Amino acid sequence: MSTATHDATHGHGDAHGHDDHAHAHKPTGAMRWIGSTNHKDIGTMYLWFSFTMFLVGGAMAMIIRAELFQPGLQIVRPEFFNSMTTYHGLIMVFGAIMPAFVGFANWLIPMQIGAPDMAFPRMNNLSFWLLPPAALLLIAAQFAPGGGAGVGWTMYAPLTTQAGPAMDLTIFAVHILGMSSIMGSINIITTILNMRAPGMTLMKMPLFCWTWLITAYLLVASMPVLAGAVTMTLTDRHFGTSFFNAAGGGDPVLYQHIFWFFGHPEVYIIAIPAFGVISQVIPAFSRKPLFGYASMVYATASIAILSFMVWAHHMYTVGMPVEAQLFFMYATTLIAIPTGVKVFNWVATMWKGSLTFETPMLFALGFLFLFTLGGFTGLVLSITPVDVQIHDTYYVVAHFHYVMVAGALFSAFAGIYFWLPKWTGRMYDETLGKWHFWLSLIFFNVTFFVQHFLGLAGMPRRVPDYALQFAEFNAISSVGAFGFGLSQLLFLYVVLKCITSGPKAEQKQWEGADSIEWTHLPSPAPYHSFATPPVLK
Amino acid sequence: MNPGQTENANWRMFARLSVLALLMFGFGFAMVPYYKKFCEVTGITNLLQPNAKQSEITNSQVDKSRWVTLEFDANTHGMPWQFAPLQRSVRVHPGEMTQVEFQIKNNGSGALVGQAIPSYGPKQGAAFVKKLECFCFRQQALAAGETRRMPVQLVIDPALPANVNTLTLSYTFFEVPAADVKKSSAAGAANGKAG
Repeated sequence: MSTATHDATHGHGDAHGHDDHAHAHKPTGAMRWIGSTNHKDIGTMYLWFSFTMFLVGGAMAMIIRAELFQPGLQIVRPEFFNSMTTYHGLIMVFGAIMPAFVGFANWLIPMQIGAPDMAFPRMNNLSFWLLPPAALLLIAAQFAPGGGAGVGWTMYAPLTTQAGPAMDLTIFAVHILGMSSIMGSINIITTILNMRAPGMTLMKMPLFCWTWLITAYLLVASMPVLAGAVTMTLTDRHFGTSFFNAAGGGDPVLYQHIFWFFGHPEVYIIAIPAFGVISQVIPAFSRKPLFGYASMVYATASIAILSFMVWAHHMYTVGMPVEAQLFFMYATTLIAIPTGVKVFNWVATMWKGSLTFETPMLFALGFLFLFTLGGFTGLVLSITPVDVQIHDTYYVVAHFHYVMVAGALFSAFAGIYFWLPKWTGRMYDETLGKWHFWLSLIFFNVTFFVQHFLGLAGMPRRVPDYALQFAEFNAISSVGAFGFGLSQLLFLYVVLKCITSGPKAEQKQWEGADSIEWTHLPSPAPYHSFATPPVLK
Repeated sequence: MNPGQTENANWRMFARLSVLALLMFGFGFAMVPYYKKFCEVTGITNLLQPNAKQSEITNSQVDKSRWVTLEFDANTHGMPWQFAPLQRSVRVHPGEMTQVEFQIKNNGSGALVGQAIPSYGPKQGAAFVKKLECFCFRQQALAAGETRRMPVQLVIDPALPANVNTLTLSYTFFEVPAADVKKSSAAGAANGKAG
């Protein structure tokens, strides 16, 4: 590994240099960020990038909900509407939620296992700096001739093989995002497996590190499959292949199989780090160790393995043989068991604990209730005969927003409020944090709970216009969405206020927090931590 | 572990994980032939091959428990036409679609218009022969020396009485008087049902 000068403190001892700009400890200005190989800087950049993308994707959601506020076409053209649903999905999944948790991983994994930095700091830098170009491609696709590709975030053939030039930009963006994720994952796995401080055995790691270890394996195994799928789409579009083109002997249903072979693990790539954050937050505010640590690890691993065997439950309606439908139905319902283990463990952790309800705990509890609710609607959808009725309706939209927003996003909020004192050395405004929680919780449910009813009544997803009987629920949902969107600006204010003028935080800001970033490092965590490994009991 | 050892271990891990990522990229492409083969073997979404199982699709209207022999007979009445079925008889299941062909040749020196009239033996069999397509439905105009092959498509009604095992379908061509010749048939167009 070639290292920049300031890497000397990483303990590699091979600092030498083509590093030609003068600095005492760390570079300043823009170069500090552009060239940074520090896991904390990179973690910060990931988090700010993901919040920016969250606002972009959120603005797209506002356009969608504004159009759906009333039946009929009022605000946007249908093609633009389709483009908005597509890029809202892509940006939120690949631009907001995944980078947010990679940001957490960068900040926390080295500090929680007692490592000086990530295993490959320069690759870490590259992983991050691949993201902005990919995001720009996704945004630029809106301005391509013919507008953004309104193909849905799942990018099903044959629509994608016929879409305009925006599709090519989107495909390249997915390639770049995939490369970034794979490199990030390799970095995380290597860091966790090779760089733990002496005494930090795998089964002593905080659960957040475990969930990321498993997630990173999921990413390495599934992201390349997506890269393959979009590569095939690209060659079908431009190089005369017929992977998905029925006229040339291909099969569009094949695309769905390949996509969902990636897509279902992707669901857990988003959910599992969220489980990790919750598994840190709930014990801290219950002032009890996590109940059933080992079973949590095994449950997470089981979910990860099962996630590769259930992909076709996303495509019950493509005309599979009934045996295949039964297999995927049973395999899918099986996932409820390890997930149930996790939920019960969290509840048991709180049992007879000394609970307090600061903002991180509130978000964790919101997660627990709403993610479980989303899990239940997932079980409903896993039953083939039921799914055939509500496939591609708003019931599905409601379901995955309960697990993606109330699941992953709420857990990210919980994690940010939880670790902000450690990251910034300052405390956020607890009152405003609680306002952010309650506003988010209420508006989230106003937005998405009614969508269950819309779906059961038969309103299809991805339509800019709808029949009159759906008008009331859609109006309610839109009001909720605007409220939810505005509430997130409050979050931005809380974070900025914390960074600029929050009161000083203590080293162990939370009484019940027991992982080593709280017990061994001051707040804010120093720029270089654990240059010499900590002594662990 | 000292830093050098860790670094080597890290790069070994990097290499292993990169290979895994590359293999998974290949796996996506390997799904293409695998999927094709899988569909071929299990017979689902097989778009490339002719549907081998088509003949096995059972038509519940066909009564496979019995055979009926259909015999064909062809005559002309006072016309210089040579008229014959291309097969003397066929064996069919009631309810099964059958197609047979007849051939006529105008041996006369001028164009003539004729129309075939069917008759059945036994006579009560007439109600059970369902003709979907027949040259007898319309007038046939033949120029001198012209030859024509004509199909008959029919289904025997499964309600055919059990004691009837053989049905004879007989056609006789009659000349159509000039006054009754339909313009369309004289022009050779195929419409108008006269039978």
